[in-house]
Amino acid sequence: MSTTTVAAPDTVTQGPEAAPLWRRLLSVSTLEPLAALVLASVFFAIRTDTFFTPGNFSLIIQQVMVVGTLAIGQTLIILTAGIDLSNGAIMAFGTIVMTKLAVGGSVPPALAILIGILVCAGFGLANGLLVTRISLPPFIVTLGMLNIAFALTHIYSNEQTVSNLPRLLTVLGETFTVGATDVTYGSIVTIALFLIFAYVLGQTGWGRHVYATGNNPEAARLTGIATKRVLLSVYTVAGVIYGIAGLLLVARTSVGDPQAGQTDNLDSITAVVLGGTSLFGGRGAVLGTLIGALIVGIFRNGLQLMGVASIYQTLITGILVILAVTVDKLSRRGNR
Amino acid sequence: MSSDIDPTAGPILTARGLVKRYGHVTALDGADFDLLPGEVLAVIGDNGAGKSTLIKILTGAEQPDAGQITLDGAPVRFRNPLDARRHGIETVYQDLAVAPALDIASNLFLGREVRRRGPLGTVLRMLDKPRMRTESARHMAELRIGLRSLTQPVENLSGGQRQGVAVARAAAWGNHVLVMDEPTAALGVKESGQVLDLIRRIRDRGLPVVLISHNMPHVFEIADRIHIQRLGRRVGVVKPGDYSMAEVVSVMTGAMTLDYGEAHQPLVVDQAAASAVGIGPRGEATAPGDEG
Repeated sequence: MSTTTVAAPDTVTQGPEAAPLWRRLLSVSTLEPLAALVLASVFFAIRTDTFFTPGNFSLIIQQVMVVGTLAIGQTLIILTAGIDLSNGAIMAFGTIVMTKLAVGGSVPPALAILIGILVCAGFGLANGLLVTRISLPPFIVTLGMLNIAFALTHIYSNEQTVSNLPRLLTVLGETFTVGATDVTYGSIVTIALFLIFAYVLGQTGWGRHVYATGNNPEAARLTGIATKRVLLSVYTVAGVIYGIAGLLLVARTSVGDPQAGQTDNLDSITAVVLGGTSLFGGRGAVLGTLIGALIVGIFRNGLQLMGVASIYQTLITGILVILAVTVDKLSRRGNR
Repeated sequence: MSSDIDPTAGPILTARGLVKRYGHVTALDGADFDLLPGEVLAVIGDNGAGKSTLIKILTGAEQPDAGQITLDGAPVRFRNPLDARRHGIETVYQDLAVAPALDIASNLFLGREVRRRGPLGTVLRMLDKPRMRTESARHMAELRIGLRSLTQPVENLSGGQRQGVAVARAAAWGNHVLVMDEPTAALGVKESGQVLDLIRRIRDRGLPVVLISHNMPHVFEIADRIHIQRLGRRVGVVKPGDYSMAEVVSVMTGAMTLDYGEAHQPLVVDQAAASAVGIGPRGEATAPGDEG
């Protein structure tokens, strides 16, 4: 038998070292999307006169506000290696619920908003229960929920747009001026939500558990993390975020529109993927999603300013998504 | 079964008469188990001998149909792995159970995150990352696991280093027993040596280790005692110095039984099988080349 002992590794553990602040705020996966964002901005700033103006930036932010907010919930779910196809439809149903209740007159506007958000939370909870209790794939669950929420939206609204809303439902669409730029209150809400979830994901135990559950669910379970409870909370919190996105949508358009948000599910996935979050779960950051949403917004806006037809904007967005997923897949290959 | 336990040292973890059936298959048929303080106990056995079922029961992953487990002399029941861990029994699983995308400190504290003191921790639930990093560095230094940076993701580490992280996590939290399932199975020669060294250091710090392994040279190098499991029972516990590797393998396969009456003279019950692994009629090794 062998009795020779092998020497311990010669390197000695160094003390704990902290990465610089900018590095911690922008994790490595966020740096590449940020570079893409800057490149796209420079490109459009050179090619158009109007791109690099405060007014245009304000417009871009308003345009990405709703999809960006939806994409926060989408980020949470994709981090757990899931996907949510139903978020746009859930949001649309939430907008119809809150606007119809508020306009019907019997419900105070604040309560109508609350009920609308709770309904969205209920849809999220239902998604989560189906995923955790019956172990159905998130793709199928949310595909079914997409159709259910879509149908309920049209049934409950009678295909009617709800207008003449109380001011409380549209106040987030109002603006205040910073320098020469108009800023909507809604974009402040969106940015605040991004910062809150960047904190929650990066600095709390729950955030750690979301990453671990997406990265290696079996390991997470064995270390004592209640992974099913984590998943259930993720889907429910995402539902609440969709409700808030609904309120932002109502504020921006001043109506409850049953046709709204139909492609927002795919746009939110696009924002998450462009933001560097892996579809395989466990890797990514919500601030990357903000950058991803801005990339989509800047491309659409810049191409519009250049006079490119909108169907080409969709074409380019599609190419960008496939590019981003390819980069994710290829960078993953070395590690597994 | 006759007692082979040193009566002066009270065992840490014991099991008596464990029975576990899966349908009509009996995986454990009255198995006993004893882990003494400060030892490395290797558990060996052929496929189907019931060693993984035994370990699953001792770590709470399975519940026995009959039998009793005691920890520090007191009867215990583990309903799940978390239950066993609350009693200070930590397990390093064969697939390591780490989150590869998370950094080393996060993995060491996974599921046991430490929050900051004061309102930052209680209201904002903020993690105390500097403290977790400092403590991780201390654990890794104590076990002399050399790593350049604790902030790198675990997936960037070599197999042996990953094993080191998994072991450090278990050693950091296990205050009673450390169970390791085939810790060297996926490693090369050099890395295996480092892991065996690590097991030795953990034992020397006073934490008893249960080691499940197929690798006889590793078992003989590291174990203080060897628990031999066969057909759902413990058929013997031997010290590596008292028996040759070939003899232990014969006991494991049933070619030989241990006779405690005569001083460490194993009894050959199946001449053909025993000679196949190089054992003479009275248990002497006949083919020394077997041990390499």
